[in-house]
Amino acid sequence: MNPIQSLVKDLADKHGRKRESLLPIMQGVVAQEKYLSELAMIEIAREIDISASEVYGTATFYSFLETEKMGKYVIRVCKTITCAMKGKNQVMLTIQNMLKIKLGETTPDRKFTLLETNCLGWCHKAPAMLINDDVYTELTPEKVREVLSMYMKENHVN
Amino acid sequence: MANSYLLKRADFIFRNENDWEKILSNSIKKKPADLINELISSELKGRGGAGFPTGLKWKLTSEAKSDVKYVICNADEGEPGTFKDREILSKVPYKVLTAMAVCGYITGAKQGFIYLRGEYKFLEEELYKAIDEFEYYCKEIKLEFKINIFMGSGAYICGEETALMESMEGRRGEPRNKPPFPSIEGYKEKPTVINNVETLAHAYTIFKEGAKKFYDLGVQYSRGTKLFSVSGDTPKPGIYELELGMSLQDFVYEFGDGDTKAVQVGGASGFLVPRKKFKDAAIGFQGKLTGISLPTGGSMMLFNSSRSMFNVLDNYLEFFREESCGQCTPCRVGCQQLLLGIKAVKRGDKPASYLDKLMRLTETMQLTAKCGLGQSVANSFSSIVENFREEMIY
Ligand SMILES: Cc1cc2nc3c(=O)[nH]c(=O)nc-3n(C[C@H](O)[C@H](O)[C@H](O)COP(=O)(O)O)c2cc1C
Ligand code: SF4
Repeated sequence: MNPIQSLVKDLADKHGRKRESLLPIMQGVVAQEKYLSELAMIEIAREIDISASEVYGTATFYSFLETEKMGKYVIRVCKTITCAMKGKNQVMLTIQNMLKIKLGETTPDRKFTLLETNCLGWCHKAPAMLINDDVYTELTPEKVREVLSMYMKENHVN
Repeated sequence: MANSYLLKRADFIFRNENDWEKILSNSIKKKPADLINELISSELKGRGGAGFPTGLKWKLTSEAKSDVKYVICNADEGEPGTFKDREILSKVPYKVLTAMAVCGYITGAKQGFIYLRGEYKFLEEELYKAIDEFEYYCKEIKLEFKINIFMGSGAYICGEETALMESMEGRRGEPRNKPPFPSIEGYKEKPTVINNVETLAHAYTIFKEGAKKFYDLGVQYSRGTKLFSVSGDTPKPGIYELELGMSLQDFVYEFGDGDTKAVQVGGASGFLVPRKKFKDAAIGFQGKLTGISLPTGGSMMLFNSSRSMFNVLDNYLEFFREESCGQCTPCRVGCQQLLLGIKAVKRGDKPASYLDKLMRLTETMQLTAKCGLGQSVANSFSSIVENFREEMIY
């Protein structure tokens, strides 16, 4: 069995093989693989016995269920009003300069992907961003540099 | 009566929850009908935004005939400017779990879910620890009730109750037609109570302190307290528990930076109130408060004179365009056209009168969109364009 197959099988064993297991299974694949590949979606469809297009259709509805390969660390900068007013642009520029990528891109070493997202619920500590599941708030260019350097120092890449 | 519109602080929600075991075991000794009457007489209304009477909601599901029923706690918290539900779940989770279990006891539901937005994934582990301890106690007192967390995946529309259920059933989060309402036909077509996190926390207070204590706070039609998420141009952003019914004037006096130009009440789907209308606006549910009364999920965003209301509206419309589920035309195309439209007016490609056409479009959306998202775009659009027309044009 290839690794995707066994991952999907494990997730199906854990979450069940019903339609309501679909999201937890897809979330599990994304947590591990950083995205849902065509192969993964076909495999999920087979496990819970629905068509692959149903899986694809459902996945594409949700902004956290990526269908293109993401970096190991997905950076999501909040762009909703309060973060926008409190310096989101400077945060964005700092990240772009450090990683040498533009919005929507992934670094060549596949370590970082830079995205924007809607309200993260940290307006009182704006601006805010997520790196995978971790939140960073009250960002300034200095603080962003500090946080990113930490992630950049770490050498191993998926 | 005048002073009942003053801002009054309160402290119920985050006050100790160490007595949850006692509240739970005492509650399930009472008759379900008595508990429902307690909730009804407290006049607690839903804190997720729509303000439906909570007691009535639980009553409907308790009367629905079905062997299987569900209780869902809506922790999707996606409305821009709202961040109180996360605070409740991280600081006083047992209050929410207890209220869910009491709801299960009243309605006959044996399974509860917390739908937690993907952006709050970091809360999941702690919350499961609390749930484990909670379920252990339920077993001890022989109350059959289980709670699971269902993680969202980054879609604002899944906060809408029927979209949330579609999502839990493994589908695209597209709102359903109503009726049937979830109380009768909800998750997996079974009778389902769905409540906002904060509503459940208030229910806990009511079971603990009695309905009267809650009813005596706030004003007519808007009883009790509410958590407000305060952000934007304010020296003290944060979460505050206040009695309902205060005037916006008092609110700004307390939280403004001395230069407040406008306040957005209720998030992007709420209303923008300009300075000249602060004194006429009261925060509560629709009813006979003075002047305009604003329902709210508790999002309060303050803007000072350095802010452009065009940018604010532009930001909201982009939010709606991206978060529209795309299922119905008025909303899918409407959000897009509104955004293009205000940009075209700003650039000078369209005359100022085009704004009136766009206003009529929002009216159409209000009447014809399938769910609250498309219907409520008119709120911020018309309140911003009417009050800051110049800023839209020049
Ligand atoms: C677009 C949209 C988004 C919503 N998002 C939320 C949300 O994030 N949290 C919430 O509790 N209610 C949200 N609601 C309201 C729910 O549909 C529902 O009314 C609420 O969960 C009921 O609970 P309550 O009576 O305790 O307020 C949303 C409604 C709409 C139309
Ligand atoms: S109003 Fe918008 S979000 Fe609601 S069902 Fe229609 S397209 Fe979807």
